[in-house]
Amino acid sequence: MTDPKHYRKHTLAILVENHQGVLAKIASLIAAKGYNIDSLSVAETPDATVSRMTLSVHGDEWVMEQVVKQLHRIIDVIKVVDLTDESHVGREMIFVRVNAEPVNRAEILRIAEIFRGRVVDVTPTTYTLEITGEAGKIEAVLELLQPFGIQEVVRSGILAIARGSKTITKREEGRLRLAGRKQAVAE
Amino acid sequence: MRVTGSEIFMKCLQAEGVHTAFGHPGGAILHGYDVMLDYPLRHILCRHEQVAIHAVEGYYKASGQTGTAIVTSGPGATNTVTGLTDALMDSMAIVVFTGQVPTAVMGCDAFQEADVVGTTRTCTKHNFLALKTEELPRIIKEAYHIARSGRPGPVLVDLPKDIIMGRAEFKGYPEEVSIRGYNPSVNGHPGQIRKAVELIAAARRPVIYGGGGIIHADASAELTELVNLTQIPTTLTLMGLGALDTSHPLWLGMLGMHGTYTANMCMVHTDLMIAIGPRFDDRVTGKLSEFAKNCKIIHVDIDPTSIRKNVHVDVPIVGDVKRVLTQLNAELRKIKRDWRKDLEEWYGQIAEWQRTHPLRYHQAPDAAIKPQYAIEQIYKVTEEHDPIVATGVGQHQMWAAQYYRGHQPRRFITSGGLGTMGFGFPAALGAQAAFPDKLVIDIDGDGSFQMTMQDLITCVQYNLPVKIFLVNNRYLGMVRQWQELFYGKRYSQVDLEIQPDFVKLAEACGAVGLRAERPGDVRPLIEKAVSTPGPVVVDLVCEREENCYPMIPAGSAIRDIIDTDEPIPDKLFQGWR
Repeated sequence: MTDPKHYRKHTLAILVENHQGVLAKIASLIAAKGYNIDSLSVAETPDATVSRMTLSVHGDEWVMEQVVKQLHRIIDVIKVVDLTDESHVGREMIFVRVNAEPVNRAEILRIAEIFRGRVVDVTPTTYTLEITGEAGKIEAVLELLQPFGIQEVVRSGILAIARGSKTITKREEGRLRLAGRKQAVAE
Repeated sequence: MRVTGSEIFMKCLQAEGVHTAFGHPGGAILHGYDVMLDYPLRHILCRHEQVAIHAVEGYYKASGQTGTAIVTSGPGATNTVTGLTDALMDSMAIVVFTGQVPTAVMGCDAFQEADVVGTTRTCTKHNFLALKTEELPRIIKEAYHIARSGRPGPVLVDLPKDIIMGRAEFKGYPEEVSIRGYNPSVNGHPGQIRKAVELIAAARRPVIYGGGGIIHADASAELTELVNLTQIPTTLTLMGLGALDTSHPLWLGMLGMHGTYTANMCMVHTDLMIAIGPRFDDRVTGKLSEFAKNCKIIHVDIDPTSIRKNVHVDVPIVGDVKRVLTQLNAELRKIKRDWRKDLEEWYGQIAEWQRTHPLRYHQAPDAAIKPQYAIEQIYKVTEEHDPIVATGVGQHQMWAAQYYRGHQPRRFITSGGLGTMGFGFPAALGAQAAFPDKLVIDIDGDGSFQMTMQDLITCVQYNLPVKIFLVNNRYLGMVRQWQELFYGKRYSQVDLEIQPDFVKLAEACGAVGLRAERPGDVRPLIEKAVSTPGPVVVDLVCEREENCYPMIPAGSAIRDIIDTDEPIPDKLFQGWR
């Protein structure tokens, strides 16, 4: 039923109970079903009983239907929204420690500036840069820094939020209504 | 008043209406067992925690009441993993309480410590680690609610020693549950119901394919009404057996790998599959790419993840099977259609399959006992008692499904999804504890029984008069059959010729042991077993290399079903209808 040819990247926003073990539940469920997580980031929301996750996973329509259903099946999962086909903003952040020989220092700073990065640490032989952006931008800057010698990279995984004025809670209700309408139209 | 966690635990069980629990004590849960003495809870001490869990499953399946088990930490808890997985696969509502080492030493490899919440994460519907004594009432309430609502399943509550020994104010057992991430759907979407009704009203070769969901939802009456309303031939999965009386004229027999030829052919040639509470297991579908190629599928299930998991579905209906069937029946009653006339051609085809490929075997009076004959005799002798029948896993399980023709739901208890050998006897023990006065039968294999037979003594201790019928072929029969058919008859590690004397074994436990070696002995001994008080083991020494047919080889299309080459006798067992 599934076809890797139709796989593409999906970004899910997930609200979960802020209990211990919930992250492990989600990770082990996805692993047990054989799906591969590209990235996962998680932190508490302003409501301390709720955590929000941004999960990035590859799949076709069938895989994604299964992933979303399986996530809903976890008792601690409150809401799941697939942001992929909605207008949304997604960002990743990296720290990259790159060799900075005297002859290259100016060039590296120029690259950082072009990508709106910041230098967060300096040694006589290295720069550590902080850069935020979409996956493509991150890939581009890493490619440009490669010739200087990258020593270490730490990457956050995607954080995503939908555009518009609605919150994830309201959006979810909206989606449910929409699904109901779709069904009515299909009939 | 501040009371201990163990007292809160017992008070909550009492408030939940739990009067029977199965289990085994140990260090970490000692305090709970101490307090238990002051409460009216009936505790059945099983000799192995795996038995306790299967007993709880049997208790649940027979009675519909959520089962309860209590075990200790470490090995006690890890011994429940097989049962939990079994319960998850077969949707059994059970709650398991495990002791745990004190929170202060958790993670320090303390004596009898295991990461139980971690270990059981993927084999429970949900699990809890209690970290505060005052949270126990909420956790216990939620545990029972989650176990029995929606698609039933096992829930585990891990109880660290300091949490059950610590004190907290007991403010009563919560009356309501509110879990924001858990709201199982109940009613089917009306639009989907309408679509389903349209398909049903137009179908010319429909078949109803019912699963365990009907049993769990107690929707057997609604299913029967659907069958009567629409006159659609009906087959059930192993887990669904009992949802339709096998004497119903539209009963096709079980479907799947060892289902009847007719039921399986109906699945191949149907134009509309009405799937009610099954999950399209590979033992039913065979090769997926060949499955349901020329038909539409309606799938009713309470668990959205079951829908479109394995096969494409045209009309998915998420909801409680009982409610959805009620909705469907209400709509179908409005349809003016001469169902029988419209399905006449289909009935003709089905009758032809039934005539040419009935379930059959041949028992010569002077030959070894055929397992099918033995089970048919058990059926004939015990049918009038409306017994609860449990089975182990293997050939005998499939023969029991074929030849023990049940009439009621919650009377056939078997391990379907996980195929857990050793399940039958403990499940029968649990069912008997739920219904002390009812006839409870375990149709078991010699291999399966040897996995959990040590608990025969438990039956004796608690006067649980289970009647155990061993279909004894001195082989791991199903494995042997596969080795014969698919591995060139190279028998590897399947010979159980060296085995205990089951009669003496029964006697050693204070039970009664009987043995039948000739076909003529079978019936009188079954009668004797049924009329003997207390647990009885009947060793039915059977033909060693009998194969179980029909059979769809694993991974094959349904149409590649292998029927037995036995000739069709003049007078047939009625079970094939």
